Amino acid sequence: MKDINISYLKQLESESIHIIREVAAEFKNPVMLYSIGKDSSVMVRLAQKAFYPGKIPFPLMHIDTGYKFPEMIKFRDWYVKEIGCRLIVERNEVAISEGTHPQKIGVDKCCAKLKTQGLLGAIKRNKFDAAFGGARRDEEKSRAKERIFSFRDEFGQWDPKYQRPELWNLYNCRINEEESIRVFPLSNWTEMDVWYYLKNEEIPIVPIYYAQEREVVDRGGILIPYDDMVKLKPGEKVEKLMCRFRSLGCSPCTGAVRSEARTIDDIIKEVEEASKSERENRIIDMTSDSSMEDKKKEGYF
Amino acid sequence: MDPHTSSNHANLLRFTTVGSVDDGKSTLIGRLLMDTKNIYDDQLEAVKKVAKRKGEKEIDLSLLTDGLAAEREQGITIDVAYRYFQTPKRKFIIADTPGHVQYTRNMVTGASTANLAIILIDARSGVLEQSRRHGFIASLLQVSHMIVAVNKIDLVDYSQEVFDSIVTEYDEYSRKLDIKDITYIPVSALEGDNVVNKSEKTPWYDGPTVLHVLENVHVGSDLNVRDFRFPVQYVIRPDLNFRGYAGRIVAGSVNPGEEIAVLPSGLISKVKTITTMDGDLEEAHAPQSVVLTLEDEIDISRGDMIVRRHNLPQVENNIDVILCWMGNDPLEIGKNYFLKHTTRTVNASITKLIYMFDVNTLHRTDATEHNLFCELIKTPHLTDVNTLLLNEIGRAELKLTQPIMLDQYNKNRETGSFIIIDPDTNFTVGAGMIRGAVRSIEETIHVEGKTNIEEELPIKVEIERAPVSLQEREERYKHKTAVIWFTGLSGAGKSTIAKSLERLLFSTGIHTALLDWDKLYHGLCKDLSFSDQDRIENTRRAGEVARVFYEHGSVVLCTFVSPLRCQRDQVKALIPEGRFIEVFVRCSLQTCVQRDPRGLYKKAMDGEIPQFTGINSPYEEPLNPDIILDAEHKSIEDNLKALLEMLKQKGIIRR
Repeated sequence: MKDINISYLKQLESESIHIIREVAAEFKNPVMLYSIGKDSSVMVRLAQKAFYPGKIPFPLMHIDTGYKFPEMIKFRDWYVKEIGCRLIVERNEVAISEGTHPQKIGVDKCCAKLKTQGLLGAIKRNKFDAAFGGARRDEEKSRAKERIFSFRDEFGQWDPKYQRPELWNLYNCRINEEESIRVFPLSNWTEMDVWYYLKNEEIPIVPIYYAQEREVVDRGGILIPYDDMVKLKPGEKVEKLMCRFRSLGCSPCTGAVRSEARTIDDIIKEVEEASKSERENRIIDMTSDSSMEDKKKEGYF
Repeated sequence: MDPHTSSNHANLLRFTTVGSVDDGKSTLIGRLLMDTKNIYDDQLEAVKKVAKRKGEKEIDLSLLTDGLAAEREQGITIDVAYRYFQTPKRKFIIADTPGHVQYTRNMVTGASTANLAIILIDARSGVLEQSRRHGFIASLLQVSHMIVAVNKIDLVDYSQEVFDSIVTEYDEYSRKLDIKDITYIPVSALEGDNVVNKSEKTPWYDGPTVLHVLENVHVGSDLNVRDFRFPVQYVIRPDLNFRGYAGRIVAGSVNPGEEIAVLPSGLISKVKTITTMDGDLEEAHAPQSVVLTLEDEIDISRGDMIVRRHNLPQVENNIDVILCWMGNDPLEIGKNYFLKHTTRTVNASITKLIYMFDVNTLHRTDATEHNLFCELIKTPHLTDVNTLLLNEIGRAELKLTQPIMLDQYNKNRETGSFIIIDPDTNFTVGAGMIRGAVRSIEETIHVEGKTNIEEELPIKVEIERAPVSLQEREERYKHKTAVIWFTGLSGAGKSTIAKSLERLLFSTGIHTALLDWDKLYHGLCKDLSFSDQDRIENTRRAGEVARVFYEHGSVVLCTFVSPLRCQRDQVKALIPEGRFIEVFVRCSLQTCVQRDPRGLYKKAMDGEIPQFTGINSPYEEPLNPDIILDAEHKSIEDNLKALLEMLKQKGIIRR
């Protein structure tokens, strides 16, 4: 008998494709959440591969909080056109028109309104029964316990104590009306895997992942990009620094890190040497020891 | 060396960790992550902060892995958690399963995808019933490799005596399990002894560290590489010109041009292309996800299975299974459940519970190991089993509304496993491992000639897979292995050519084996006659013997008349694609009769042998042999030359 020796990236790719096809085959109306970030880019490529030479048989959906970097929106619109995919953009217009901002109502509440409510409303309105997300289990401790097929009740909420057992590669796709499943095809990928895959597959990413000189405010060690939306607190000043974004969120809550990495190889080198995990620059995770778990229970990605 | 520089070549190991509360499982994982530098500063900082708040001096490594708020508060692990780390050699996925609440459900889940299990034993308490249970479940789920980590060795003063007695006790027990290999390691997860770094405090231990085993255990042969199985997941039809079947190859391999069967319809076609976005492939194997196109337009949909024509799974409605119950509601006999197997979901009802494993009450049994083992596999309450509760395991019979295409779980995890879904709650309430089709006692007696009570044991005593893989043998022997099958009429010259070839190969250092009718006739097959049925059986046995030699690294030369195509195809199906070489030794019947080296033609013509190939029984010439040798007009030297050239071309021997 010959041995199977397949590189683990190819193995991860194959597993993710299997997951994506299961959803397309078993659900009536799936959607792929597209956050424009690097993980989304990998997930979209996997979906292309899953249905090649056909087209991706479901739309992408972006939950726009109104605080995304302009480079992200530009990239989004270019990329979906490039790959010929249908894009749905959803916004919680009520909350946006109320001027919801993290500095006004706090980070947690702002996320709940713009992201969680935005997403839950969009899923209900469009009657989606399955939504792909690009989350990885290595990102955060509570995600390590989430299933690949994560059941959500009619309110879109996650119950960590009543999860369906997930065995072998057999995924339970059965739900009642109004209920839905969040599917995470990248569950078993790590940040490094994502970067190596982006490199190997030559997948385009938003340019702000690369280092350039930017105007930033140093807020408790996190570099917040300075723009009209940022209000300087007493004692803060605007600096010009070489920096890049390690993960992409809303501009008021996403910090940059000092970096000289201008190419994907530079980034890989930097991430390998980095001694801090990638969500270190995300203010949303730091509010309490279980902040991500609380958000997830409410229906956050 | 940087942990990631070899990413593109490193392979993947999935393992599960099991232990009881306080065995130090989370600490062991924390230690592995920390000592392989897979913990980030900010994660470590967060854990230090907690230690400070609680007023503890040392940081608690287990906090690196306990994920949910409730767990951190109570200091316990609730659910299966997945962790990732990497070294230059491998990427690792850990399924971390808690040892107490609902341990069966969690451990079965964690073990279902694992190649290896780490079982923790607290050096102070020794081998507990739970340690045996963990080994039993790992064996039931066919986890091939096991590490028994005797933890907290620092708390018994690094005592060799304590370690040795645990090893002796567990080894005695584990001999009855179906585990390929077990490594015992004395460790202190807290202090870091023998986890990643070799400890100086255990000079009496000269074995590997935990990480060494994880990095080096050979898992390439754990997958079933022989039996091609392709459950169809999704049909891709972008336009009228393309119709492809998307799926993951769950076992074996496939090439364009191969003859396939579609089940359950039984339609036959050939593979036209193996399509992927990265280009068409010349070969694809498990676990790749691909799209197959076929030569013929046939009706195939999700839930069907594409297989090699001569290597078929069983297609069954009534199945005999080991079932782990995972639902909060008890199992109901006769109730209509959904069963998901590969990509196929059917209605199923449990018709009968045969026995249950008494895993929950085991820790109250103070039986000897042997009795314990017997109790594990045969409950004393054989008659009054009428349900399974959460976390119970039993053997059951299921009736399905539509057939599934299955293999035994111990032959193929992917086509031998299924889940049960309760249609009322949509919850996954059961996980099953298929033992085979349900057979009545009459059928069993007819086939086996005896009742197979002994064979009911789900744990097999013998070890199936070779501890040394074929790849390792090929590397050492410096040549590929193959089965060279010489077919042709009796007297055509098969043996003469094969014997010369063997001498030639042997003289160049190649490991060879020669199988012919004489060798088998006087021993293994002396119970067989010349009847059609017995000659088919003879070829079957020859094929199986050839496979054994093949799997041990030999170039196997087989000379058998094997007159029927189906006989040769049967042997071909046993051997991986490209390693079965069919040699047709052609010679006219007239010449063979003239040569008649054994006088067999004469006997046949005199009526002494009733069914003799060429005289009163047909010879079917191969349709597509790898080589045809003209044994009538060409010299042995010329034929040998042609044979050697072909073997070189196929890469079996070096140029």
